Amino acid sequence: MNILVCLKQILDPEVPARDFRVDAARREAEQGSASLVTNIFCENALETALQLRERAGGAAKITVLSCGRPSAEDSLRKALAMKADAAALVVDESDATPDPLAVARVLAAAIQKLGAFDLIMTGREAGDWGAGQTGGLLAEELGLPCVSFVDTVEVAGGVLRLKRQTDAGWELIEATPPVVVTVTNDEHNVPRIPKVRDVMMSYRQPLTKLTPADLGLSDEARAADGYYEVAELFIPQKETRCDFVAGDTLDEKVDAFARRIVEVTRAL
Amino acid sequence: MNDVCIILFGAAGFDKAAQGLAGAGRRLAVELGGSLRAVVVGEGAQALAPEVARVADEVTVADQPGLAEYQPETCLTALAELCGTRRPRAVLLAGDTYSQETAPRLAHRLGGSAAGDCVEVRVAPGGMVRVSRQVYGGKAQAVLELKRSPAVVWLRARSFTPAPARAEAGAVTRAALNVRPDTRARVVERGREESGEARLEEARVIVSGGRGIGGPEPFESELKPLAELLGAQLAASRAACDAGWVPPTWQVGQTGKKVTPELYLAVAITGASQHMAGISEAKTIAAINTDPDAPIFKHCRFGIVEDYRKVVPLLREKLSALMK
Ligand SMILES: Cc1cc2nc3c(=O)[nH]c(=O)nc-3n(C[C@H](O)[C@H](O)[C@H](O)COP(=O)(O)OP(=O)(O)OC[C@H]3O[C@@H](n4cnc5c(N)ncnc54)[C@H](O)[C@@H]3O)c2cc1C
Ligand SMILES: Nc1ncnc2c1ncn2[C@@H]1O[C@H](COP(=O)(O)O)[C@@H](O)[C@H]1O
Repeated sequence: MNILVCLKQILDPEVPARDFRVDAARREAEQGSASLVTNIFCENALETALQLRERAGGAAKITVLSCGRPSAEDSLRKALAMKADAAALVVDESDATPDPLAVARVLAAAIQKLGAFDLIMTGREAGDWGAGQTGGLLAEELGLPCVSFVDTVEVAGGVLRLKRQTDAGWELIEATPPVVVTVTNDEHNVPRIPKVRDVMMSYRQPLTKLTPADLGLSDEARAADGYYEVAELFIPQKETRCDFVAGDTLDEKVDAFARRIVEVTRAL
Repeated sequence: MNDVCIILFGAAGFDKAAQGLAGAGRRLAVELGGSLRAVVVGEGAQALAPEVARVADEVTVADQPGLAEYQPETCLTALAELCGTRRPRAVLLAGDTYSQETAPRLAHRLGGSAAGDCVEVRVAPGGMVRVSRQVYGGKAQAVLELKRSPAVVWLRARSFTPAPARAEAGAVTRAALNVRPDTRARVVERGREESGEARLEEARVIVSGGRGIGGPEPFESELKPLAELLGAQLAASRAACDAGWVPPTWQVGQTGKKVTPELYLAVAITGASQHMAGISEAKTIAAINTDPDAPIFKHCRFGIVEDYRKVVPLLREKLSALMK
């Protein structure tokens, strides 16, 4: 089983709203004091892959791939510390505008160069621009089927059994490899925390570095075939004034709270 | 072509999302000066068609045996064929699981650009389709200009007002399609895991619990009776779902359900932007939280700073008395 997991490094989505700023003119988020982290759904995907390998008694190879600024190497190192087997980074400095199709094309070209994979995993969406498109577009670029919102992967007799979340519940999908899946969170794929020692060791492991040019992709072609552009980026202002219910005792406060609830629901 | 095509899944019926989708489609079609066409796919499509025909100019029913039950690859291929032949300027879908997974791939097959979870779709002066959507976990709002045609957009459909009925119903036709099942990936089993009888998305009152609830038992022993009393649906934050206390279908937020209740009662939920992204359209938000500085209170009409374990039992008593 040859598995590839796509990892995106993003601005820490947990940064509190009060510390979050955008540069409206450049239509970009300001990094400020926020750190760069691996998108959580990519880590859910990696965790799912690691568990699959464990269940297979180690008979699987996991490669992690990222496309981004040189700093994305940290996300890949962390993945190695979580015990991915190999890592590759496509250094791409040109990400002024987030363009899911351009990213999918880079990833597809890199995947074709790196080898033949049975299972290609992405996160369901990235916590920054939240496009939720890269997995699907990647599948199209590679001519593969795609299953979204997967939280569990099992292999039985060469067939992949994928459990995925839907609005109403779940679906069990059987797929013949190779296939692309996008992974969502669930109680079983909460990413493991790598050991400090493994984090240190990961910096000694090999890491393949590529450029779009190595993959035969040019900036001109990309610029000529844009997918979408950010026309505006702003922080909406919408604060509500909260009435904290008053009272000297718990009973009085809860009573006031109950009355407010009844006020709202009575009309329904 | 300046037409707009909306895609509906028959099984869902003409619910609030389908109505909002049709409304958004009609307004965009008017802006573009084109007509509104609907493709209704899968089981229930034939039954849904007359209702859709009341607001659309033309309805195509695609309910061939191979499409009756949703199968990702087969359905995508059929939709690409149905949309592609007519070269619409825009293809709109709702925000359900199937629409979300279909949109980017459909855009790719049609040579277009996709965008998701949009709360506004309009035509910019240069003729480009522009959409608004939340980004950065709901902390910012972006307007995107879709460069390729068609614009394939899935909507936060319940945020759009329904389409007015037409004087004359649109024509309903059955799609002439040769459906070849694609078995590379196929659904072999389905299960339901809803929190109540009605869908969370359609709920008018929601009681939602977060990590501060502390475990699965209080959801059952404290929140469930409270919800029953209020005729509410139960929901949860991602943290409570990830802990395995409640099913993932209960998750509300950026990557969970987008809900539009009259009252959303958040119990022991911080109010992270990603959670708030799912309730931006709730009419009234109220919260129970021990931390007066919890961000949730910035979005609340009213709140109580107390331990929910003390509040909820008493609240049930008071509500029972008041609602008598
Ligand atoms: C890309 C991305 C997507 C995400 N999507 C979602 C999403 O769709 N939905 C979502 O919910 N989250 C989502 N999150 C996670 C989100 O950022 C928060 O981590 C999460 O919502 C926190 O859940 P919580 O408020 O239940 O938990 P916590 O942050 O742990 O908050 C618990 C709260 O309970 C209070 N509390 C504790 N004990 C009590 C008590 N006894 N009585 C009263 N109050 C008490 C505390 O004061 C605190 O405010 C996403 C994150 C990312 C990065
Ligand atoms: N630059 C990137 N490098 C590697 N993987 C990416 C990149 N961008 C997106 N992805 C993958 O696609 C998923 C969805 O991202 P998006 O479509 O941007 O929301 C992420 O969780 C990643 O797995």
